[in-house]
Amino acid sequence: MFDNLSDKLDSVFKKFRGRGTLNEKNIEDGLKQVRLALLEADVNYRVVKNVISGIKERALGTEVMKSLTPGQQVIKIVNDEFTRMMGSTHQDLDLSGKAPVPMMLVGLQGSGKTTTAGKLAFYLSKKGRKPFLVPVDVYRPAAIEQLKKIGKQLGYPVFDSDPDMKPLKICQAARIEAVKQGYDTMLIDTAGRLHQDEELMVELELLKKGMNPSEILLVADAMTGQDAVNIASSFDERLDLSGVILSKMDGDARGGAALSINAVIGKPLKFIGVGEKPKALEAFHPDRMASRILGMGDTLSFIEKAQEAVDQKEAAKLEKKLKKNRFTLEDFRNQMQSVRKMGSIQDIIGMIPGINKKQLKGINVDDKELGRIEAIINSMTPQERKKHLIIKASRKKRIAKGSGVTVQDVNKLLKSYSQTMKMIKKFNKGGMRSLQNMLPF
Amino acid sequence: MEFNLFSKLKKGLSKTRNLLTTDISELFSKDKEIDYNLLEELEELLITSDLGVENSMNIMEALSKAAKKLNTADELKLVLKQELLKLFPPEKLDQETKSKPHVVMVVGVNGTGKTTTLGKIAMKHTLLGEKVLIGAADTFRAAAIEQLKIWSDRASASFVKHKEGADPAAVAFDAVEAATARGIDLVLIDTAGRLHTQKNLMEELKKIKRSMDKCLKGAPHEILMVLDATTGQNALSQAELFHEAVHLTSIAITKLDGTAKGGIVGAVASKLDIPVKYIGVGESIEDLQTFEAKRFIDALLD
Repeated sequence: MFDNLSDKLDSVFKKFRGRGTLNEKNIEDGLKQVRLALLEADVNYRVVKNVISGIKERALGTEVMKSLTPGQQVIKIVNDEFTRMMGSTHQDLDLSGKAPVPMMLVGLQGSGKTTTAGKLAFYLSKKGRKPFLVPVDVYRPAAIEQLKKIGKQLGYPVFDSDPDMKPLKICQAARIEAVKQGYDTMLIDTAGRLHQDEELMVELELLKKGMNPSEILLVADAMTGQDAVNIASSFDERLDLSGVILSKMDGDARGGAALSINAVIGKPLKFIGVGEKPKALEAFHPDRMASRILGMGDTLSFIEKAQEAVDQKEAAKLEKKLKKNRFTLEDFRNQMQSVRKMGSIQDIIGMIPGINKKQLKGINVDDKELGRIEAIINSMTPQERKKHLIIKASRKKRIAKGSGVTVQDVNKLLKSYSQTMKMIKKFNKGGMRSLQNMLPF
Repeated sequence: MEFNLFSKLKKGLSKTRNLLTTDISELFSKDKEIDYNLLEELEELLITSDLGVENSMNIMEALSKAAKKLNTADELKLVLKQELLKLFPPEKLDQETKSKPHVVMVVGVNGTGKTTTLGKIAMKHTLLGEKVLIGAADTFRAAAIEQLKIWSDRASASFVKHKEGADPAAVAFDAVEAATARGIDLVLIDTAGRLHTQKNLMEELKKIKRSMDKCLKGAPHEILMVLDATTGQNALSQAELFHEAVHLTSIAITKLDGTAKGGIVGAVASKLDIPVKYIGVGESIEDLQTFEAKRFIDALLD
């Protein structure tokens, strides 16, 4: 996500960084490039205008001119302005109110409401809530069926909506059912509609009035162009949205919608959808997202994900092993499994600061490759995993057969394992400095 | 009929028009020298219609050059129309030497309206008296098959499906095979929405295509990509990667009845030289129209 925009900005910033002093012309030239990059990324025309003039005003002010590192200072200003444009701080869902708390999902056709409903149910249940999915799209063929299937797959209850009933009637019936069954959060999946469709907008207003939802969330496609702000403002004018969820952020969307919507309607982006799986819904943090766009990495999200995936006791055990140079292939496999729990490799790499996106371009980290490595280790005997040196030709052949790979693949794994071991040994001997010597950056 | 279609198109594009024309007539009627403000407003107009920075800048250059020699608003509008028209590849003669069955595969990212567009195309052709068969090769999304079945029933088309989660290539193969056996005229293959950046899924798409060719040499004869008019510059990347994977033959633009100006149509058509075949301007069957660049631009600006 944002790769394209990041690349363009990166080349502008390089010029900034390279200079000891900046004058008005340098700054204006650079900002012209930033402006084009933002427009190409589908950031709304007016928003671009505002943010550029905001940056310019500050960049030409004393805080930059007096700075010893003016280039860095400009980048900091861009970072600040981007963060502000996206709403400054993360805002979570409002779950206060009497159960069952109703939440409404609204948006255009095909923006991803139903898929998002499933993901939200997953998110809520992880927080200890009892979600109840309520499909009220009585128009699109098989829409209700779709949510029912999603609910079934994930194991969440779905109200048995009748497509011949009015949406408000369905919601009222669903509320009675929720009370009866003890579900505390209703996720109302409304039909997709164009924001200027009067009849359907009135229907949403009626739903709002009848249900008094604690959240009305607009689900918008991250790939939306200049129209994103029109869509968001029309829904907001009619319904007074409580927030926005951007879907399909896992593609190569340049994220203009993410940068524009909050700036125009002043409502927070709460989540982003980053994949097909139920867990592929991330809390949106404007500050972190700004750093990600500017190629500064997103260390906080990285750490959070790692904490979620890694068992603390295991980690402590591992540390001991590492210190004693006793890091076996089995540990190697466990490590890999926790990494995989964090999400797709590509995703994780994107969060690490200092990694140049251009270097990564064209390198497609295949998550399946990790599965293959795991399979190879699984095909070893416990003894082999503890002492990899005993693995000679005939064992290699057996392992390759057992995991459905070639002997070369087994060799490759053993080689990279021994390299890792070497690195650990060096690290234990010389500490951080020797490690740094080994790394290319 | 022609008049009827045109007024339908105009009506469908009315929201789009409202924004465009009020701005444009206001801009051009101002009867003033070309100054910085006017240029900026024109630039905003082009960029906010998702034409893309490069296209917008090129058109701006042509417009400001032409404006020096022109006096009236109408004349400048004419130049704008010509410039917009240049974005679209010249219309090719209908070279569809129709094989029987004629197989069309429908592709696109998630949520652009593939299934709905496919359903409407099916209805159009059954109304023309053709025998249509629909293959449900979106075996991934929950209830996609059910949704398509409803469209198939509405169109009284034949329907080939497997279970949810089945191999989509096998569904496509069976659909083409059944169509050949039953003397079907048109086969429409629905595929699951997929982001163009997902390598494995794009490979799957290639496989679906290959499987049809195995069953009937030359199939699919058409690969239609469905694009959402509200999409921004990302549509270029979508079309490029889909084109690279399966070689697109035509494009359909949906949801043009919103306020999106769909400038991305021009951007994609000009960059990839793929003809736009259909545009969707509403929910009903007649709202899926055959695209003609000149008519489209006229409907937007007149």
